[in-house]
Amino acid sequence: MKKLIIYAVLFAIAILMLMPFAWMVLSSFKEVDEVFTYDMTWLPSTLTFSGYYRALTEQPFLRYGLNSVWVSTIITILQLITSVLAGYAFSRLKFPGRGVIFMVYLSAMMIPSQATIIPSYILIRKAGLIDSYAGLTLPFLAGPFGAFMMRQFFLSMPESLEEAGIIDGCSRFQVLTKIVLPLSKPALASLGLFTFMGAWNDFMWPLIIINKDSMRTLQVGLSLMRSDIYPDWPMMMAASVMATLPIMIAFLAAQKQFIESLTFTGVKY
Amino acid sequence: MHSRWKRLGNEQTKTALLALLPSFIIFVAFTLYPIVYSLYLSFFNASLLSPNRTFVGLTNYSNLLQNPTFQKAVKNTIYYTLGVVPFGIALSLLVAVLLNGRLRLRSFFRAAFFAPVITSMVAVSIVWTWMLEPNYGLINNLLGLIGIAGPGWLTDPAWAMPSVILLSIWKNLGFNMVIFLAGLQNIPTEIYESASLDGVTPFQKTLYVTVPLMRGPIAFAVIVSMIKSMQVFGQIYVMTGGGPANSTMVIVYYLYQQAFEFYRSGYASAIAWVLFVAILLLTLIQNRLMRTEA
Repeated sequence: MKKLIIYAVLFAIAILMLMPFAWMVLSSFKEVDEVFTYDMTWLPSTLTFSGYYRALTEQPFLRYGLNSVWVSTIITILQLITSVLAGYAFSRLKFPGRGVIFMVYLSAMMIPSQATIIPSYILIRKAGLIDSYAGLTLPFLAGPFGAFMMRQFFLSMPESLEEAGIIDGCSRFQVLTKIVLPLSKPALASLGLFTFMGAWNDFMWPLIIINKDSMRTLQVGLSLMRSDIYPDWPMMMAASVMATLPIMIAFLAAQKQFIESLTFTGVKY
Repeated sequence: MHSRWKRLGNEQTKTALLALLPSFIIFVAFTLYPIVYSLYLSFFNASLLSPNRTFVGLTNYSNLLQNPTFQKAVKNTIYYTLGVVPFGIALSLLVAVLLNGRLRLRSFFRAAFFAPVITSMVAVSIVWTWMLEPNYGLINNLLGLIGIAGPGWLTDPAWAMPSVILLSIWKNLGFNMVIFLAGLQNIPTEIYESASLDGVTPFQKTLYVTVPLMRGPIAFAVIVSMIKSMQVFGQIYVMTGGGPANSTMVIVYYLYQQAFEFYRSGYASAIAWVLFVAILLLTLIQNRLMRTEA
């Protein structure tokens, strides 16, 4: 009986939580006139892809998508590299001031991005990088979170393998690429997913750094779609589906890594 | 002095410096320099459109504190925070407690509750705008079924902020839930068993056993949610644009407008620093709390 109540409550909450997704997907397959009727129906009367078609043809949505893929990929790959390097230095290499430098770098996480956005914008503009991929990616190519996460992971690994490698005559770089990295796949996967998701969903920075339509990311393009008096809801829902789907698929495929990386800072105190 | 140079010259130090260099460059260019420079800019009358600027001392700060729109933005940000944090935390805790234990479909529920966390704020804000559409949207249609005429959620100044709060609670529920689930796993089951023997109801068990033992994770989730709430932007930009009648004007949206629509970089930098200091204070409180817990 107790179990039954728990299930009932959980199912009720799950329905409420999933309802916006259902509404998004179902609306995306409707015709425009079907959306503007007073007796609402859940299911589209005829399944149509015209919303998707309009998003891809009347709007440069494909271009936005490619920009997002490209920008998120660059950020993810380079942030993995810089985080591994920094995390390795902070966990395995001995140098004067290591603890202090690490603490200072870590405390940078306290600074909200909005507090630094104006000078960052001015810097990018002075460098002539407005409306460029470099402008979109540069500030995110390294970060304290990634360095912290990789450091914690390396600290949890036994050092003896690396020592054996050094004794066998490997260089530090070879130790890192041949011994440490192959053992770090779970951490790399978590950090990679987390970074990709953050870059994919990021909004404020691409909003201010891009003026040219052809350089817009999905999120920015999406945010500018709603302006009409009679908004094309099926098209906007189709666009939202396309903007959500890649991350959703990745999430369903790698739920554990997603949840681990998102709560990493929360659980480790 | 001599030994210090020798240490600095050793191989590990060189390797470490080289490994840290890329992170260091990005850190200096996009965090350290900007935070210092925005403090500097906040003492100037400066525009994003022109290189000229004049020193005005604390004028930007005094103008800011006296500006009715900024005052509204601060009040609204507090309103938003008070809406999102207590309800969001309570709901996430409830869900985590229900999910903690042997359940069929546990991973389905967890995935369902967590899905909004990973989706883009822009996309879900558009979906919610459509759900909240007064005439054809889902919510007013469902309310109509039980005979309630729903308001113009995003066009009525009284309902716009509650609508944004609702979306945000929905979006963040899964994040806090996962923090709580991790915390619940650290509670030894013997405590529950002895509580059951003493004839305690499940409700009492949650209130008197779980909540006190979860002080640490709850404090953490509260502070993180507060910090996130103070930075609310995307849903405001997409759903309301700060309106109607400034009823959803919040600090970061005001900053964005002043800096990138009106190009007042000096004035906007003062907003940025007020925000930074407020968040810094919250973070320091968090660190203090975490230390006493540990």
